Amino acid sequence: MILGAGTAGTMVAAKLRPRLAADDWQITMIDQEPTHYYQPGFLFIPFGIYTPDDVVKPKADFIPSGVEYIEAEIDLIEAAENRVKLGDGTVIEYDYLVIATGTSIRPDETPGLEGPEYGKTIHDFYTLPGAKALAEAIRFWEGGKLVLNIVEMPIKCPVAPLEFIFLADAYFQDKGLRDKVELTYVTPLDGAFTKPIAAKHLGNLLEDKGVNLEPDFYLERVDSDEKKLVSYDEREVEYDLLITIPLNMGADVIGRSGLGNEGNYVPVDNKNFLSKQFDNVFAVGDAADLPTSKAGSVAHFAVEVFTENFLRHIEGLPMLEEFDGHANCFIESGHGKGLLIDFNYDTEPLPGKYPLPGIGPFTLLRETEMNHWGKMMFKWTYWNMLLRGKPLPLPHEMLMAGKIDEGV
Amino acid sequence: MPATTIGGREVHVDDEGFLTEYDEWDEDLAKELAANIGIPELTEDHWKVITFLRADYKEQGETATLRRVSAVGGIPTKSLFQLFPKKPARKMSYVAGLPKPAGCI
Repeated sequence: MILGAGTAGTMVAAKLRPRLAADDWQITMIDQEPTHYYQPGFLFIPFGIYTPDDVVKPKADFIPSGVEYIEAEIDLIEAAENRVKLGDGTVIEYDYLVIATGTSIRPDETPGLEGPEYGKTIHDFYTLPGAKALAEAIRFWEGGKLVLNIVEMPIKCPVAPLEFIFLADAYFQDKGLRDKVELTYVTPLDGAFTKPIAAKHLGNLLEDKGVNLEPDFYLERVDSDEKKLVSYDEREVEYDLLITIPLNMGADVIGRSGLGNEGNYVPVDNKNFLSKQFDNVFAVGDAADLPTSKAGSVAHFAVEVFTENFLRHIEGLPMLEEFDGHANCFIESGHGKGLLIDFNYDTEPLPGKYPLPGIGPFTLLRETEMNHWGKMMFKWTYWNMLLRGKPLPLPHEMLMAGKIDEGV
Repeated sequence: MPATTIGGREVHVDDEGFLTEYDEWDEDLAKELAANIGIPELTEDHWKVITFLRADYKEQGETATLRRVSAVGGIPTKSLFQLFPKKPARKMSYVAGLPKPAGCI
């Protein structure tokens, strides 16, 4: 049984179905939402680069044949009893459970954030309604203080806030409004770039683009009447337009079922995704408490490792493959350029080249036009290759080939 | 990783002075590290945070966020700002000999 038909859950189904004999193994997927979102595309909607049509398809289109799909709310996971209770009271038993219920934003966790101003002067771009409302808000905006705030780590796609600010800089320049817009990046971390090598190569990007930085800002509450952020140590940042990355949390059903940590993420062995509590429960994708980025890229590499391990685990064999925390992603930096980063649990993003058979190397940790096109091509790859479980020429293990190890 | 001498012994640190080897840390070193960042004395409340962070890191493989220290360790965020003024996330990691909280770049 797979809970969640998003990026990770869909890839698990696509990889496992052909590898498990149909006579012996029934695969059931449960998800409450009918729509599959291409979430990396949400970033582009506020700037009119993508429309909602680019990022939306029915989930049912991606359920592999031979997999039963149930659209229902999951009320409770009773892992000790090997069963799941649905919202309508139906109880379904399983032999093995894969939790892929993801993570989502929780503006309700910060006082003052969710209220009458949400969708007016306070926005997010981590949901489709949020991104659409923000597109409307900035289309006719005449300028002022635009503040982007990250409430707390971890967040889904940790580079998206930076990409947003880069794209906002370019967007308002193109509109001839840049001198009327003050951009401020407010983060609980001690900088926009926190890894030494990335900081060395990219550290000036915000300054070059005229973006103010407010580091070590730990948001306690938002005063939406006075339009200001207030931190735990009484610092204040005023805004006219607030773009917030609210606290991210795993699904409530994980917490309700006693399977999660304080953020409703499932504690797992970070090498093989097996639950620390139950020997027949796995968690993949953003739902797991892995010490790496919450991102589709991580889920993609993780699912490959998961599949091989799962097939051994059900035979009673030891799980040999070890996930290294590999992730890579394109970072839009505005004006048709982008960056590429590639890293894992132990190796921070390094400069150099990322080899890709058939297309050629991409440049790491530096702005290039080709990286932008790589990002733009990825939408097609996601819908047509990734979700179908088709192999991509990207090894799941991070490789040092092409990278320049600067030895920090 | 560069090595440096703190409290009369050699330890490995990163460019910002954060210890890079979990096992090179001990309580005496914590006192030296605290003094380096203007915390003259480590009180019982400081030790509660440090002990939680060390144990949690060993289990999780990453330094706990302020929210986690509050929710799991039971130390309210306001208190963390009193114990480790202005930059609690950074300062508590430094004193506990752990990596600072970081993003992916």
